[in-house]
Amino acid sequence: MSSELTAEAQRRGENPNAFFSASPRLRGESILAILEQRGGVYQRMSWETLAAAQQLGRELDQPVWAAVIGDAVSTLAAEAAGKQLERVYGVEHRLLKPYTPDAYVAALEGLLRSVEPFLVLFPHTYRVRDYAPKLATRFRRVLVSDVIGHRVEGGELLLVRQLFQGKLDADVQFASQPPNFASIQAGAYRADQLREGSAEVHTFVPELAPGMIRTRPLESFRDSGRAVDLSAAQIIVSVGRGIKDRENLHVIEDLAKALGAELAASRPICDNGWLPMERQVGSSGQTVAPKLYLAIGISGAIQHLVGMKGSKTIVAINKDPDAPIFEVADYGIVGDLFDVVPALTEELRKAS
Amino acid sequence: MKIVVALKQVPGRDSLLRVDASLRWISETDLTFETNEPDAYALEEALQLKEKHGGEVVVLSVGPARVAQAIRGALAKGADRAIHIEEDLNDWDTLGMAQLMARALQPEKPDLILTGLQSDDLGYGQTGVVLAELLGLPHATIIMQVELRNGALRVKREQESGWFQYLELPLPALLTIQSGISKLRYATLMGIKRAQTKEVRKLTATGLDVISARSVEIRRVYLPRHERETEMLAGSPNEVAAQLIERLKFTARVL
Repeated sequence: MSSELTAEAQRRGENPNAFFSASPRLRGESILAILEQRGGVYQRMSWETLAAAQQLGRELDQPVWAAVIGDAVSTLAAEAAGKQLERVYGVEHRLLKPYTPDAYVAALEGLLRSVEPFLVLFPHTYRVRDYAPKLATRFRRVLVSDVIGHRVEGGELLLVRQLFQGKLDADVQFASQPPNFASIQAGAYRADQLREGSAEVHTFVPELAPGMIRTRPLESFRDSGRAVDLSAAQIIVSVGRGIKDRENLHVIEDLAKALGAELAASRPICDNGWLPMERQVGSSGQTVAPKLYLAIGISGAIQHLVGMKGSKTIVAINKDPDAPIFEVADYGIVGDLFDVVPALTEELRKAS
Repeated sequence: MKIVVALKQVPGRDSLLRVDASLRWISETDLTFETNEPDAYALEEALQLKEKHGGEVVVLSVGPARVAQAIRGALAKGADRAIHIEEDLNDWDTLGMAQLMARALQPEKPDLILTGLQSDDLGYGQTGVVLAELLGLPHATIIMQVELRNGALRVKREQESGWFQYLELPLPALLTIQSGISKLRYATLMGIKRAQTKEVRKLTATGLDVISARSVEIRRVYLPRHERETEMLAGSPNEVAAQLIERLKFTARVL
């Protein structure tokens, strides 16, 4: 393994004896938003990340750039150039299709060393979670991941992110010279606040070779036929760990029936096989925005919240008064679901 | 096959968290700790791979003395030995922590490193990827299934919205494991007894010649600001049920 380490260090032009030596320092002027695309279509969160970059650019008085990566991205680069920013980089190479962390990191490392940004922003997607920490490590930096907001205090940039599954928030500050790296949580910035404009388009062709790519991606697929389309439901009753046992699910099913609602769940319930995966709401399941969402015995980890916080009205029932689910709820009830839910079902039956 | 499982001890899920006097972290007195859930699944995967293919499972953990408990738990479940890098977690950021682990693993030359996809405390979700990069290893993240075929890995990776992908990668490699991909085993009485005699090697940053240099810093920790105006309903179950239905019908107008 050490010979690989040495080779890696030499390739980067570092002293191979200094295992942890930092890469050459970059100067850094500009905020660079990395836009994600699949099959020639932008991932929705890319625009939210660009909106974040525009806002930070205005507040920190930095030019905003964007980059899009793929095997042929001129159309996508032209589309991004219609937004208010200074430059768009089309990072193009045939080895960038399909996605692999090795090729993406090598390509972006090349771009960053050439353009020297101050801050690099990513959408916090599954793909970014896979490669962005590796890229940041090339520069001996830590990616501040899953950012939900920011503040500028006395010229200093503070990024806000959640700790302890959303129970606390933290202000995080970069302690290193540029470039710094952060990824933006879904829904944290609004794509509809993007400003239009016109930007120069540059093409960047990274130096890539097939031998650099160690993982071989095979086909993507969906496991289940998706018989249930929760995104179309008007009312959703969703259940989490608080239900404790599969045998207790009938309590929730009765309420769903009384409300004419679809039944959904947080991840642990589906992991246990108590409800099918297709009923899972959250980052690894479905994203829903019904007019009424009842979260029962769900603490409200970030991964669940991103899948449901767009709901019009949210009700949370949980025994823990500090559960993060109450942060996004319109109505909260602190109590034992085994007392509250049957009472609610009964009351609804009486009313109908 | 030598498999290393990197696991972290985190505050228990039901912990009542209090911000400490520095306002930069939580008060750890009166807290109970447990093994980070995704890491427990990484351990389970490692033990299953060992049962199928033979070899050794080595547990690696960074943290203060309390971490010994999580390490013993893993040894009791069937891990063969452990490395405990005894450091205060608050002195290190993700990169520093991964540097400690990389240094400790250099002489080990594992075939496979497994860890959870994220920790339930900081939730950066990147220690595994950073460690792979420092060791020059290929990696794959958010893995649901691991198969060893002809000396290489075939893994199932989770993607957004119910999509999955199979990947192949050579050994040695690092994988980050998703929670819930199998059923966790319990330690047997025999396992607990055996764990007492298993090797736990203690290392420190000084011994590993790694210096703490933060590239990110937590400036302040605080209770989240409410995104919505939350009306809390109180009373007996029947009272809160009636209040809620009234609000949903006449205020929110969603029923």
